[in-house]
Amino acid sequence: MPDTPATITRDEVAHLANLARIDLSDAELDHLAPQLSVILESVAAINEVASADVPPTSHPLPLTNVFRDDVVTPCLTAEEALSGAPESEQQRFSVPRILGEEA
Amino acid sequence: MVDLRETAAGMAAALAEGRVTSVQLTEAHLDRIAAVDGDVHAFLHVDRDGALAQAAASDERRAAGGAASTLDGVPIAVKDVMATRGLPTTCGSRILEGWVPPYDATVVERLRAAGLPILGKTNMDEFAMGSSTEHSAYGATHNPWDLDRIPGGSGGGSAAAVAAFEAPLAIGTDTGGSIRQPGAVTGTVGVKPTYGGVSRYGLVALANSLDQAGPVTRTVLDAALLHEIIGGHDPRDSTSIQQPVPSLVDAAREGATGDLRGVRIGVVRELGGEGYQDGVLARFRESVDVMVAAGAEVVEVSCPSFVHALAAYYLILPAEASSNLAKFDAMRYGLRVLPEGDPSPSAEEVMRATRDAGFGDEVKRRIILGTYALSSGYYDAYYGQAQKVRTLITRDFDAAFEHADVLVSPTAPTTAFRLGEKLDDPLAMYLNDLATIPANLAGVPGISVPNGLAGEDGLPSGLQVLAPALADDRVYRVGAAVEALLEKEWGGPLLDKAPSLEGASR
Repeated sequence: MPDTPATITRDEVAHLANLARIDLSDAELDHLAPQLSVILESVAAINEVASADVPPTSHPLPLTNVFRDDVVTPCLTAEEALSGAPESEQQRFSVPRILGEEA
Repeated sequence: MVDLRETAAGMAAALAEGRVTSVQLTEAHLDRIAAVDGDVHAFLHVDRDGALAQAAASDERRAAGGAASTLDGVPIAVKDVMATRGLPTTCGSRILEGWVPPYDATVVERLRAAGLPILGKTNMDEFAMGSSTEHSAYGATHNPWDLDRIPGGSGGGSAAAVAAFEAPLAIGTDTGGSIRQPGAVTGTVGVKPTYGGVSRYGLVALANSLDQAGPVTRTVLDAALLHEIIGGHDPRDSTSIQQPVPSLVDAAREGATGDLRGVRIGVVRELGGEGYQDGVLARFRESVDVMVAAGAEVVEVSCPSFVHALAAYYLILPAEASSNLAKFDAMRYGLRVLPEGDPSPSAEEVMRATRDAGFGDEVKRRIILGTYALSSGYYDAYYGQAQKVRTLITRDFDAAFEHADVLVSPTAPTTAFRLGEKLDDPLAMYLNDLATIPANLAGVPGISVPNGLAGEDGLPSGLQVLAPALADDRVYRVGAAVEALLEKEWGGPLLDKAPSLEGASR
């Protein structure tokens, strides 16, 4: 486990925004980076709270997989499913090019 | 003659006795919305025609002697985070502007089946991230007690609609306090059921392991009536609890007798003191005294891990939210923005430009925080640790419930603050949820009941009552008792002291 620095740099925020697929402007980076550092500092103490033997909780109530009978139930029509699409064509979602120019 | 200040239970009785029709009731609320919502801004969308058509159908059912439920014909407002077939659903975000879902959330389906006309969709912080509704892309909601103040959040629209008598009932969702905290600061009642008690199908997820829908009302009995309609197992939500909802209406009626003999009340030492406003603490102590006078036994309990709840929450929530919001990719629904100056942008570039334009500041902050907490190298230190703290908090609850049937605390540390005061100070904003977050982390049910006005500003505060998982009936019993005893002292509901809002103030 690396040391967990309780601050986050402007470059790191830019990198994370890239991973999260959000184009942040320079002004947004200037604004958000210090705020994120403050938040991170306040949650960093959590590192020392729980010892190794405490099991993690991912879900508040104990549940196991839930299955239903494999029977056909009503679902959306293609028109309904496409009703909110920014663009559609031939009953399909129409999307911008997926590959880069050079591909 | 329609009395907008009547309780939902009272309106249901008037409908059953033929003293009023659902069309009259619904029309009166739509008129009230038209008169005051310019000031309050509780609604993002009002469905006048749809609501009146549903009301007419309800009147026909009642005339034919077949009411679909106790609340058949009583209108309701729905938080804009619930998918409503044919009605816009934006979650307070630009990225979903104009989206009309092709399906109903289970909660909405149950409301329709029970005959409640849907007045419209209520305002909220974007994707339910916030405690003031100021993070709505469509402008803040104003607190009916003082229009310059916040109505709480994220469900400020639902709470304000009910407090301003624009709707007798509303639906909220509570991930860290978004039903209970708005209830406290608007002098209304809000219930977060046990996690899994109300279906999440069709609820646009903020944090799946924390989200829970519930009733937003003016009285505890009204909340119980609504909870019984929307609650119960749903095969379309795999986290839905597979057992019957306890009888909540009976519990509320039992509580309303004001008898708390035999009930053990635990005061949580860690939820009070520093950071809590004096007037809020004074009202809290009074509420405890009232419960003692009603026969309850009071014990102090300690939940030492609660002090870490806020930190755990602000790691778990952004982690889950950043994953959930990845679906807003500009491909299948919602906004699509093309980057400037690129004649042939790639899907990824369109995605980036769209998410920058479509998400507000708070959503961006939390997505980035969540991406950080989940990234390789930091996962164990942040997300993994937060999940362990979640275990410790659940253990604290278990230990406390060995000594007490319910736990109590102030719902929110302060009364409603001024709009704009904490907008750009995320940490100050997060502190509003200090007392409500532990219940979400452990999945236990909680209610907020109005418990008076703080001396320093004359604004409402709330009493929070928490019970063990699946024991939702206890929060109704104790909540109804406190409500009945306090209203006896006040000589009527707390909302009688709120300004009447004639609609011409702005």
